[in-house]
Amino acid sequence: MRLRHIVVAVGVTWLLALLVGGPAMATSAAMPAATSAGPSAGASLVSSGGLVAAQEEADQGVRGMLRDGEGEPIPDVTLTVSDSAGDEVGQATTDADGQWMIPVPEPGTYTILLDEGTLPEGAELQDPERNPLEVQVTSGRVAPAVFQLGEEEEGRQQIQAFLRSVANGIKFGLIIAMTAVGLSLVFSTTRLINFAHGDLVATGALLAWFFNVGLANMGGPSIHLIPASIITIVLVALLGAGLERGLFRPLRQRRLGIFQLLIITIGVGLAIRHVLLLFFGGSPRTYRDFVGQEAVQMGPVSLTPRDMTIMGLSVLLLGGVAMMLQRTRMGKSIRAVADNPALASASGIDVDRVILTVWILGAGLAATGGIFFGSAVSADWFMGFRLLLLMFAAVILGGIGTAYGAMAGGLVIGLVTELSVLWFPPELKFMWALLALIVVLLVRPQGILGRRERVG
Amino acid sequence: MDIWVALTDGLRGAFGPQAAAYALLAIGLNVHFGFTGLLNFGQVGFMLVGAYGVAVTTVTLNGPLWLGVLVGLGASIVLALLVGIPTLRLRTDYFAITTIAVAEVLRLIVRSGPARDVTGGPFGLQSTGPSFQDINPIPTGSYGIGPVSYPHGQLWSLIVTWGIAFLATFVVIMLMRSPWGRVIKSIREDEEVARSLGKNVFSYKLQSLMIGGAIGALGGIMFTLSSQTANPDTYDPRVTFFAYTILILGGAASKYGPLLGAVLFWFLYSSVSSALREAAGADLLPDFMAEGGGSGATIMTLIGVTLVLLMVFRPQGLLGNKKEMVLGAR
Repeated sequence: MRLRHIVVAVGVTWLLALLVGGPAMATSAAMPAATSAGPSAGASLVSSGGLVAAQEEADQGVRGMLRDGEGEPIPDVTLTVSDSAGDEVGQATTDADGQWMIPVPEPGTYTILLDEGTLPEGAELQDPERNPLEVQVTSGRVAPAVFQLGEEEEGRQQIQAFLRSVANGIKFGLIIAMTAVGLSLVFSTTRLINFAHGDLVATGALLAWFFNVGLANMGGPSIHLIPASIITIVLVALLGAGLERGLFRPLRQRRLGIFQLLIITIGVGLAIRHVLLLFFGGSPRTYRDFVGQEAVQMGPVSLTPRDMTIMGLSVLLLGGVAMMLQRTRMGKSIRAVADNPALASASGIDVDRVILTVWILGAGLAATGGIFFGSAVSADWFMGFRLLLLMFAAVILGGIGTAYGAMAGGLVIGLVTELSVLWFPPELKFMWALLALIVVLLVRPQGILGRRERVG
Repeated sequence: MDIWVALTDGLRGAFGPQAAAYALLAIGLNVHFGFTGLLNFGQVGFMLVGAYGVAVTTVTLNGPLWLGVLVGLGASIVLALLVGIPTLRLRTDYFAITTIAVAEVLRLIVRSGPARDVTGGPFGLQSTGPSFQDINPIPTGSYGIGPVSYPHGQLWSLIVTWGIAFLATFVVIMLMRSPWGRVIKSIREDEEVARSLGKNVFSYKLQSLMIGGAIGALGGIMFTLSSQTANPDTYDPRVTFFAYTILILGGAASKYGPLLGAVLFWFLYSSVSSALREAAGADLLPDFMAEGGGSGATIMTLIGVTLVLLMVFRPQGLLGNKKEMVLGAR
């Protein structure tokens, strides 16, 4: 009986992955062909920009134009592009019009280094922090990389950079908050820290990519990102339900110790993560819709409509969860079970049903956060684990086991990571979030919003 | 495909220096998890400081090997104090989260650009501890039984690493027989009982963290000495979960569990990887498993599933005692 459940759970996980991902293999092989079939995006961009035509062999790349403070083009400046692994991909020098273009083999994140030694006398980078510059290249597009030269009033620029980071931090923080709520809810109702929660986020992001892009690359229909997201969220919520029904509920009934359960979540996470790697490959994926939007200037900050939608939807969803917890019958039951499962059970609450709801809700929110992240940045198999550590930081910062704490903690973590970029190297930005976690544990282990209780 | 190749690859992996280094990691973890009941999810962090202690001392600073080993061990003690003091008073899950976070922070720092002059950044350091192979007494050649053989350099690191692993096993057995060990085990069974008997639980846990961490650091030191490189991305969180799989396979809280677990784990790991490669070469696998990192991802998935199945059906592993593994049950 128990055994059957476990087998079913493991089976469901695998099967789901196989079903949805199976055909994606063909995708990765077919990708280059598919992209070369449709270079229109790159071409139109080039023509509208009035730039030199892109090289024939690659459909995506990075381009830019260097002008000094007076708007005069600067020739003969060397730029080098390297991929996320740090390997050099290409090099170019600016022509007489100050223009340059470097093709890259595949979509992904690239860093562009401007050789400051080749700048002529008197020309200087306005913001030396933004060299090397990180650029997201999507399939079939030529991404612009802007290096600003010459001086401007420094104060204004700093304020702008600050506001930009705050906006980014809020966006990122809302996404973390949304994913962390599920982690926190599952913890508060079952006392289980789900180390596989991040992988639900990655599953959501990559499944949405599959419906949006992967399916079409294999000759199937291309589903717009919005319906694709809805299908994905339902599937991941079902995966969450499957994990609870097939694996964790039977194990709870066996009264397995917390140690075993934690290690089991680690194992589940490891399996999901590498199934994702197996089916979707290691390179970051970007969606087909809502890319390359023009940013809208709002006072000192500029945001793309996509980012504004992400932020708005996140606020709505988080507000909805809060309302649900506060007002509805199920919300009250969840809080009752979190408070005292035995008492809740004695007063007629079906604890198992509440926990199942929490898993479904948490997994659904995780998938939503994953899709938002994939849309704002990119989706890859390891993103879940990276986010998981930030979610932990958010959950502990806000107070473990309180849903509102997770929301507040998420925002703080988002702001900390994005604002740290202003003063410290961006590759260390996650470090500050994790250091914040350690400091909170030292000073106030129950978190900002946590209740004072024994945690030792 | 050739079963024989997979089998010999498996055997070579099972007794190789890498398996021995992982055995050391698992022995350290056994002190934490098996005996004290500390859920350390950041064992790889101790391994990293050990490895980089040697690498930075011998390559960046051109220091002698013995100093590097001391620096590595010292760094692991400091790390244990840094992690332990804020978190050991807290609940198990806090400790687990913090250790995993600290290990990842260490990796990020070591591979970051600003640390490049010291640690080599993302490229790591090469030819670490050159004097280790200089003192190799084994004459040049290849040694082994039949197809399972090691070149003299590898044989040397293999002998030393397994030697240290056996020594560490012996030390742990002795420690656990001592009154200190009995207190440690009583903390695992019920912290409150130990506390009510007047034992300073926090201090005992910290000592256990330091000892296990130092053994883990030895694993890192031997790992970098046998591979002659220190690369930050070797020390990702996966390593900790490998160590857990080894420990649970062999049997947590058992004396020889980590040794047996390491041999078995690396036999399975090497032979299955080899078999997967062979199968991919013979076109027996579906495309997605045969491509680039496919076999690695397949085997990692299998490890995840194995960990779950072990924890569900045989949490005590091969050599463990079930009574000692019913940890944290309420």
